[in-house]
Amino acid sequence: MLIKTVFSGFGGQGVIMMGYLLAVACMYEEKNVTCLPSYGAEVRGGTANCTVVISTEEIASPVASEPEFAVLMNNPSLFRFQNQVQSGGTIFLNSSMIESRPVRGDLDIFEIPVNDLAKKFPGNKVANMIMLGAFIKKSDLVSLDAMARVLKDTFGNRNPAVLKSNRSALQLGYDYLE
Amino acid sequence: MRGNHALAEAAVRSGCRYYFGYPITPQNEVPEYMSERLSKLEDGVFIQAESEIASIHMVIGASMAGGRAMTSSSSPGISLKQEGISFLAALELPAVIVNMTRGSPGLGNIAPAQSDYFQATRGGGHGDYRTIVLGPNSCQELADLTYKAFDLADEYRTPVVILGDGMLGQMMEPVELPPEVQIKKLPHKDWTLTGAKGRPSRFIRSLLLDPFEEEEHNWKLMRKYERITKEEVSWETFFADDARLMVVAFGIAARIAKGAIKRMRDEGLKVGLIRPISLWPFPSKAIKELTKKVRHFFVFEMNMGQMLEDVKLALEGNGEVHFYGRPGGIILTPLEISRVISSYYYQKKLG
Repeated sequence: MLIKTVFSGFGGQGVIMMGYLLAVACMYEEKNVTCLPSYGAEVRGGTANCTVVISTEEIASPVASEPEFAVLMNNPSLFRFQNQVQSGGTIFLNSSMIESRPVRGDLDIFEIPVNDLAKKFPGNKVANMIMLGAFIKKSDLVSLDAMARVLKDTFGNRNPAVLKSNRSALQLGYDYLE
Repeated sequence: MRGNHALAEAAVRSGCRYYFGYPITPQNEVPEYMSERLSKLEDGVFIQAESEIASIHMVIGASMAGGRAMTSSSSPGISLKQEGISFLAALELPAVIVNMTRGSPGLGNIAPAQSDYFQATRGGGHGDYRTIVLGPNSCQELADLTYKAFDLADEYRTPVVILGDGMLGQMMEPVELPPEVQIKKLPHKDWTLTGAKGRPSRFIRSLLLDPFEEEEHNWKLMRKYERITKEEVSWETFFADDARLMVVAFGIAARIAKGAIKRMRDEGLKVGLIRPISLWPFPSKAIKELTKKVRHFFVFEMNMGQMLEDVKLALEGNGEVHFYGRPGGIILTPLEISRVISSYYYQKKLG
C-alpha cells in the first residue's frame, strides 16, 4: 500500500496542521509515513501545502508525483493540484471558498463548506478540523479514535477549550458526509 | 519528528552541550529546539550570537576547552562561517557544523537545494584542508549521522559537516532516537586548554610563521585525511545487482530517485542506485567497482553538477556518465525524474 495525500491552501488555514495530524495518527497506527510541508517566507497568506505519504513498506520518496487524495482549501490550490491527482483519485474541496469545479470527470469530489460550518465555533478557527474529519471518514486511512488521540496529545497541554472545540469540529466534519 | 528537531535532539544525546548559532531559514528549528533543550540542562549553553562569524568562533572556544560544540546555518550563513571552519581544521578542533542548504548563490531563496556540495567537500575556507561531510537522506539518518558526527569529530580532531537541505530539515518522519551518552564516559581529551595549573602548558595555534613548521603541520593534516579516507567511507546501493544503468544521487535527491527507480522497475527497466552517505571521503572505490558490471551512470543532483565531478574522478574514464540537475530550489517529483532517466535508458538502447 502506498497512499499519497496533498493538503493545500493559504498560509493560515491550518493546512500544514492537517498534514501533521494525519501523519502522527498514521504513526500511532504503526504505518510508515512522511510529511513534507512547503510554504513561503510569509507568516500569513501566501501558499502552503503539505504532502503526506503513507505506506506499509519503507517510503522511497516523500514527494508525491500523482497523489490519490487532494484536500483543497482555496481556489489557487484547485488550479494547481486538480491535474496532478491520479485518475480515480479523490478531491476534498472547501466549497465555502472554491467557486470553480474540476473539469475532469474521473475524480470523486466531496464538497464541504468548512468556513461556513466553522462559524458556529467560538473564534471561527476550526475550518481545517472540519475538513480533516470529513477527510478521515472518506479516505479511510486512519481511525477517528487514532485522530482523537493525536488531537489530545497535540492540544492537550494548552487551553482545554482549544482541545474541545477542535475535537467537536473534527466530529462535525466526520458526521457531515454520509 | 521534524528533521531539524531530530537532528538537534540527536546532538544533545550525543553529548553536545554547546550550541551557538544565528537564525536563518530553513534551519531555524535547530536553534529553536536547542534553546529550550539546553536551557533545561545544568551544563547546557545556548547562545544566539550577533552573527554567523561570532557563532563559529564561539564553537572554536568551546571546542578548545573540551566541550562537544555545534553550530548550524543555511547556505549564505555557512559561507560566513568558512573562516572559522578553516581555523577549526588548522587547530585540529572537533566540531559539528550543520548546513541545511537552500537555493543559492547569494541570498537565493528558502527552497531546498544541494548547491553547497563543492563548498562542503572541498574544505570551503582557505587553506589545504578537508572536513568530513555526511549527507543524510531521511529524518532517521539526520539523527543517526549527527550522533555519529560528534564521535568522528573527536576521534579525528576535525570539523564534521552535516550536509542536509531545506526539505530534509522541514519534513517530518517517525524517528528512533539514539541513547543518551554519559559525557563523563567519553574518551579523555589530552589536548584541551583548561588552565595549566599543575601541568605543563599546552598550545593550540594556527599561526606557524616558519614555512617548514607549516609544511610539517600540513603533512600531519594530510596523513589524518588519508586515514579518514581509508576508514570512514560509507554508501548504500539499491537494486544494484542486475542494473544496466546506475543512478548516482545523494541526500534528498536520492530519496526522489528511489521513488523514480521503483516506478521504472515496475515497468521492467533495470535501473539501480548508489547513494554516497559520506560525501567526503567519497566512495570512489565502490563506484569504480560497479564498472565491472555497469557501463552507464546517471548522476542526479539538485544543482548544476557538483558531485558529478567526483563521480567522473571515481570512474577514471571507465563508463559513460550522464547528468541531470535542477538548481535553484526546484523539487522534482519521482515521476518527472523517472521520465528523464528512462528516456536516457532507451536512448542508450539498454532495454
